[in-house]
Order: sequence, then structure tokens, then C-alpha cells
Amino acid sequence: MSEIVKKFLYLNRKAPYGTIYAWESLEVVLIGAAFDQVVSLMFMDDGVYQLVKGQDPSGIGMKNFSPTYRTLGDYEVKNVYVDHDSLAARGLSADDLVRIAWEDVDTEEEVENIVTVIDRARGCELMAEADVVFSF
Amino acid sequence: MADMIDVDGKQLAVDEEGYLANLNEWVPGVATVMSKQDNLELTEEHWDIINFLREYYEEYQIAPAVRVLTKAVGKKLGKDKGNSKYLYSLFPYGPAKQACRFAGLPKPTGCV
Repeated sequence: MSEIVKKFLYLNRKAPYGTIYAWESLEVVLIGAAFDQVVSLMFMDDGVYQLVKGQDPSGIGMKNFSPTYRTLGDYEVKNVYVDHDSLAARGLSADDLVRIAWEDVDTEEEVENIVTVIDRARGCELMAEADVVFSF
Repeated sequence: MADMIDVDGKQLAVDEEGYLANLNEWVPGVATVMSKQDNLELTEEHWDIINFLREYYEEYQIAPAVRVLTKAVGKKLGKDKGNSKYLYSLFPYGPAKQACRFAGLPKPTGCV
């Protein structure tokens, strides 16, 4: 295992399906999970649409990757942050978002939902604390 | 372009690495035919993993990376099975790669 553990923050700011950014970001997170880093995701602006539950893109011929977000807990992602103001500006709230569970099979520690709505100040703090910020 | 495999008298397309081209065409016979190509006899233990992968894909729309598979199998089928030694004993070409191929799933994303 690597001795240097960095804090990785993936910042997602674009709506899913219209561009490849959302899916690409998710794939990088899933692949990067093998490297034992501390990984968090943040959703802002139109990026909050990525987490809205009950999506069905079959009409536009796209693969529905919405259910894939629920595996993030299995891929060692411990925190998923959503910007409150971005949700509010789009008439959304925490109830509209998918829930992502996290469990440590060794210690049986469980978190029922790692999706947290945060304010701008907290978002800034988290970006400042991160060693690496990937923006999609 | 695509190669074909013969399953129950039907020709099914596979990609250049042998993965089923169309997920919806999968029938259990696909696993049987592919395992014969790999000189592997499928047992109930193999089917547990294949069925598990199909359920996982159905629910999450991805094939799990091997460490995720290992953890999830341990949770679902018992701790004694949730280790890579057990999974490699069943699928010598790699549990994620080979078992996903038998299950008709795309090649797993990320570390296999």
C-alpha cells in the first residue's frame, strides 16, 4: 500500500448525458479507487442533476448510469458532498437525490447515506483541504 | 468485425476479447460454451459467482472491480468465499475478467 495518502476531491459541475463529463468522472473515480487514497466527490451547479434519483435516459439512447452512483460506497468513497445553493436554484432538495450507503466489512462500521448537503463556505473549505482537485 | 459463438444453435456476436457484444442475448448456455473454450467445468460454485455478477450488474449497471467483487461476495455468500484465492481457484483467468465474460457482462471498469 502506498505510504503517501492524498485527499482527492472530484468536482462535478455538469449535467449528465448532454456531455461525457459526468460518466468520465465516475469512471475515473471507480478506477482510481484501487489506489487507496481518500476520495470525496462534490456536486455543484448543473452537476447536482447527476445525483437526482429515478432517471431514465432510454429515450435519448443513453446508458442509465444513475444506479452506478450507489456503488461508490463499495469503491471506498466516504464522502459525497452536494452544494445546497445549486440544489435550491434548481428547485431540488436532499430528498430528490440518490442515497449511497457505505460499509466497512472488516469493522462492520456502517453509514446509511454518505450524501451530505453543504453550504458554499464548507465547499470552499473542502476544496482548500484537498491535495488534488479534479474538475469535471 | 465481430466473432461469433454458437449457443444452443444460435449465433451470438462477441467482441475481440471474447465478451458478449449484446448483454441482452445472454442465456446460461453462453457461460457453458465460453467455459468449454477455456477448458473449465462449471460447478454450482461457479454459477453462484456468475449469477451474483449478473445481479450486481442489473442493480448497479457496472461490472464490479475485483476488490469490490471480493468484498461483496464475502458479504453475500459467506466470508470463506470472499477472498481472491477462492475466486481465482474457480476462475483461473481472473474472477472479474473471466467470470464477467461468462456472465455476459462488459469487461469490468478499472482494476481487474
